[in-house]
Amino acid sequence: MNWAERISPVVTSIPPSGIRRFFDIAAEMKGVISLGVGEPDFVTPWHIRESCVHGLHRGYTAYTSNYGLLELREEIARNIYNNYKVTYDPRREVLVTVGVSEALDLAVRALLSPGDQVLIPEPCYVSYKACVILAGGQPVPVPTALENEFRVTVEQLEKLVTPRTKALLIGYPNNPTGAIMPMQELAAIARFAKKHDLIVISDEIYADLTYQGSHTCFASLPDMRDRTILLNGFSKAYAMTGWRIGYALSNPDFIAAMNKIHQYTMLCAPITAQVAAVEALRHGKDKMEKMVAEYNGRRHLMLKGLRGMGLTCFEPKGAFYIFPSIRETGLTSVQFAEELLKTEKVAVVPGDAFGESGEGFVRCSYASSINNLTEALERIERFIKRLNESG
Amino acid sequence: MKQLLELLEKDCTQPPEHLAAMLQISPEEVVAHIKRLEDEKVIVKYQPIINWEQAGVDKVTAIIDVRITPQREVGFDAIAERICRFPEVVSLYLMSGAYDLSVMVEGQTLKEVAQFVSTKLSTIDGVISTTTHFMLKRYKYAGVIIEDQEEDHRLVVSP
Repeated sequence: MNWAERISPVVTSIPPSGIRRFFDIAAEMKGVISLGVGEPDFVTPWHIRESCVHGLHRGYTAYTSNYGLLELREEIARNIYNNYKVTYDPRREVLVTVGVSEALDLAVRALLSPGDQVLIPEPCYVSYKACVILAGGQPVPVPTALENEFRVTVEQLEKLVTPRTKALLIGYPNNPTGAIMPMQELAAIARFAKKHDLIVISDEIYADLTYQGSHTCFASLPDMRDRTILLNGFSKAYAMTGWRIGYALSNPDFIAAMNKIHQYTMLCAPITAQVAAVEALRHGKDKMEKMVAEYNGRRHLMLKGLRGMGLTCFEPKGAFYIFPSIRETGLTSVQFAEELLKTEKVAVVPGDAFGESGEGFVRCSYASSINNLTEALERIERFIKRLNESG
Repeated sequence: MKQLLELLEKDCTQPPEHLAAMLQISPEEVVAHIKRLEDEKVIVKYQPIINWEQAGVDKVTAIIDVRITPQREVGFDAIAERICRFPEVVSLYLMSGAYDLSVMVEGQTLKEVAQFVSTKLSTIDGVISTTTHFMLKRYKYAGVIIEDQEEDHRLVVSP
């Protein structure tokens, strides 16, 4: 039987993740310094791990409500209120999911009908476009540029909005660029969304990793609470990627719709991880702030290092990525990343993995030890020098 | 300068250029700050943390609870300062509770430590009693877990 022919054309139409393809090459090499990881290099703080172990001792091994442990939903709602002064009802407006990835998938599946268009500023997290396509929707990339600090503007959005546009999917602080959106610019986008009656899916997983100014929660903007599907999770700020705990906050009818899909697919997020997430919100702030301060130092180190070797480099304002331009080398981002990996054993991710407008850049994660970062910078510099000499 | 001290405490071998980049000041400023902190005895010493067992060097460490008679005017200080001077003594703390001083002593052999306690420490005027605890294994020292099993389990590339 030819299985390839049996696969749904929707799935076939999606290219495999550019990150994954690159991973296969890097995984077989030894002595690689990786700047390719999209996760903290810290292990989950001990008290959070300990709370999970303690939870197991107390017999927390069963299903939870589809919505998630009420205790956790209450903590999530309290945390959002404390940070952004937006109120959500923990019983009806909060859904705990298996990572933000599931929350995103549920959001687009609950929202989109076939052919609905979603505006997505690019470069962006690899799943955005794919999830929209899988949900039957049509992603409409909105390219952002280094010259505008990778921020999206209303003018760009106005050019691409059509009667079929149903939503806008944004993720700031941004993976891979580290860009953030100032409050005034987000407010303009909010007015745009209102004008065109759009739903805004706002992925704020990197909200706590904001180094300049404070993070603006999209739902906190005027009239936006009831137009926003707010996504967040524990992976990045609390160094809990493997626990797979995320959440969605929105209108109760919409959360119920998301929950309908959730209950037939995931059923609920793992209880052990939910118990740990409660501990993270209750007592994890200090540890989180320490990690953020550490990333901030590394951010400066990387920026100085990369600029010092002549690469044009936007100063990231959030997340833990830096996105230098490699256009001047004359190589494509894939060629650059592959050559760098082969000759200097440094793994970075080609920018085109994050959309066409990411071409000409590579993503370097600074979620790595200072020693690793320093060594990686030295190797990249050697690589660039060689390119310059041969060019 | 708390940030600089924290960075140095974590790894004092980092060159000033790295510290400067992380703190967003110039390397010259870093050097000047460090010099000042050293002069003011905020930074007291730079010392590696060594896993002697791993290095194959046998050492004996004991923690000794010492009860002493406090003296007029100087309290516990005079005796404590005297005990400090012995090269065998690695650290010394004044404690509250059942005893007064906690003395950590290091030697090559059990006998050497025992001899120090019986001939040098307990014979000091004002020392009432000593209780010696020999250390069997070091799990954590100066904030460092000695045989840390935690490794980086991350994939080389991830989203």
